[in-house]
Amino acid sequence: MKYAFYPGCVARGACPELYSATLEVCEILGIELDEQALEGAACTGAGVLQEKNLLLADTLNARTFALAEKSGLPLMTICSTCQGVMSQANQRLTEDPEYLAKVNETLADEGLEYKGTIDPKHLLWIIAEDLGIDFLESKIVRKLEGFKFAPFYGCYIVRPSKALKLDENPNRKQALEQVIETVGAEVVEFPGSTLCCGFPILTINPKNSQTMVANHTIDAKDRGADAMVTPCPLCHLNLDGYQPNAAALAKRDIDLPIIHLPQLVGLALGIAPEKMRLNKHLVSTKKLLSELAVAP
Amino acid sequence: MEVNFKVQRFDPESTDLVSHYQNYQVEMTESSTVLDGLIKIREEDDGTLSLRCSCRAAICGSCAMRINGEAGLACNTKIVDVIPSDGSPITIEPAGNLPVIKDLIVDFQPFWSKFKAVEPWLQPGEIEPEGEYLAPEEDMIHLAGVVSCILCGACVSDCTVLEVDDNFLGPAALAKAYRFSRDPRDESDNQRLAQLNQPGGVWDCTRCMKCVEVCPKGVDPMDRIMLLREKVMDAGHNNTSGARHANAFAKFLKNSGWLDELRLPVLSFGIFNIKAMIGLIPLGIRSQLAGKRPPIFHHKLSSAKEIKKIFEKVESKK
Repeated sequence: MKYAFYPGCVARGACPELYSATLEVCEILGIELDEQALEGAACTGAGVLQEKNLLLADTLNARTFALAEKSGLPLMTICSTCQGVMSQANQRLTEDPEYLAKVNETLADEGLEYKGTIDPKHLLWIIAEDLGIDFLESKIVRKLEGFKFAPFYGCYIVRPSKALKLDENPNRKQALEQVIETVGAEVVEFPGSTLCCGFPILTINPKNSQTMVANHTIDAKDRGADAMVTPCPLCHLNLDGYQPNAAALAKRDIDLPIIHLPQLVGLALGIAPEKMRLNKHLVSTKKLLSELAVAP
Repeated sequence: MEVNFKVQRFDPESTDLVSHYQNYQVEMTESSTVLDGLIKIREEDDGTLSLRCSCRAAICGSCAMRINGEAGLACNTKIVDVIPSDGSPITIEPAGNLPVIKDLIVDFQPFWSKFKAVEPWLQPGEIEPEGEYLAPEEDMIHLAGVVSCILCGACVSDCTVLEVDDNFLGPAALAKAYRFSRDPRDESDNQRLAQLNQPGGVWDCTRCMKCVEVCPKGVDPMDRIMLLREKVMDAGHNNTSGARHANAFAKFLKNSGWLDELRLPVLSFGIFNIKAMIGLIPLGIRSQLAGKRPPIFHHKLSSAKEIKKIFEKVESKK
């Protein structure tokens, strides 16, 4: 299976471990990634550019879709925020032909046109839908039995449900839990699984942002989680990077590793943790990895 | 069909003042709503169960509550749509983020005081129009969605910011502020937008889209908050972390096509915000020690020029 790969800014910036883990995992799962197809594609705007100028953000996303159409490949992302922003843009573009025509007028300067045929897909959905959970299971060489992971979806891969087509694909609401169970681990249910991590307000209202980090990580930790798993690198940045601040705010230790979806899958596929830069997190994964190393 | 409800109960006159869950079983039909079920429980099984309701037609906004953990109107939620597939009961709880008075009845006072704070009425300019002020149709069509708000509080119930901070004006009040701010007959924008630019205003929203998801009337409060942010910045209020963030974000995209994550937080906090700059130091050190940080030199994407042209073209039309 081949995809036009859209890694997003964070996987090429502050989360290089997400990028490395994705390449490793995709190779084993037989997902071929064409990164050249979208090499010059802009940032999605992450919901922020949309605050300044929605038409501009939609035009940049339409350009990305046009480039994907040109390659003839389906579009894959590894960032929930990119997924959500692209799905919302795509909904506006494909529901209103007049709006699409207006956007295409701008793209025409570059000889591009978006025809409306792209359906952007996160790696999580590709694993659950395109490959199938059974296929993932067949590739597993190392069951993560005895380990407990808390699924953290964040916002953009679950809302708004219409743009993300959750009613047509109800499986998407449980895909992360399915992956955790398929790799042999136990799912830790906690109240904040589909709530906000606080990242968007991390500079605007640090106290609220860090309270959100504290609430989610403490809830998961107190329910026995060995780590939290997320398909969103922005959630990772806040939950991992600001966990020490959150712990100080909550006046207690938290110490909960926040791992990316492909890192979890990679561990079960037998990929060495260093190859997925699991040793490069701010909240140390050392204890988790040493327990994994001695586990049967 | 037999339906199981698990209802959160709270009695302010109880000695322990702790809420608890109570299970009920009622016979309902395929077309029954959650509200039908609760009314049947109250009338036939347990007269002490308290809830608010009136129109039963999603107009009055009285019966917002949490159904299986998510806010919605009991009167327009069909039982068959919310029966959990695993056979567990339908969980009914009072709306969140508001104090519970009894069972499913919450105190709307905080809701109303925030609503009042945004001055939800038309404020014309000093010169009164000579005759009837006819608002352009396209403006009213644009506002039709937000005018549909029935003040049920579903968005407030599930707002993830209100969950951690009572000071936030919240989605309902901010959507209403947009409704008046965008009305061509209202001339109080300077004062309105300055107020909404304050802490607890438009910038405190996390864009989690919970309000968009749970609103029973399609008001899309968060989208209105984003439009308010645009209005606030266009009106020249650019000295908040939120505005600096949006402006720096757009600048990086315009010049290189993608984000410079190393410099973005610095510009968002503001380089003269000494406290925040000092606050960034531990994170910087931790990132450096872990070997996890964005590239120091930010390169441009191969099509940065084309992206810049799109910026210039679309921005010039604004």
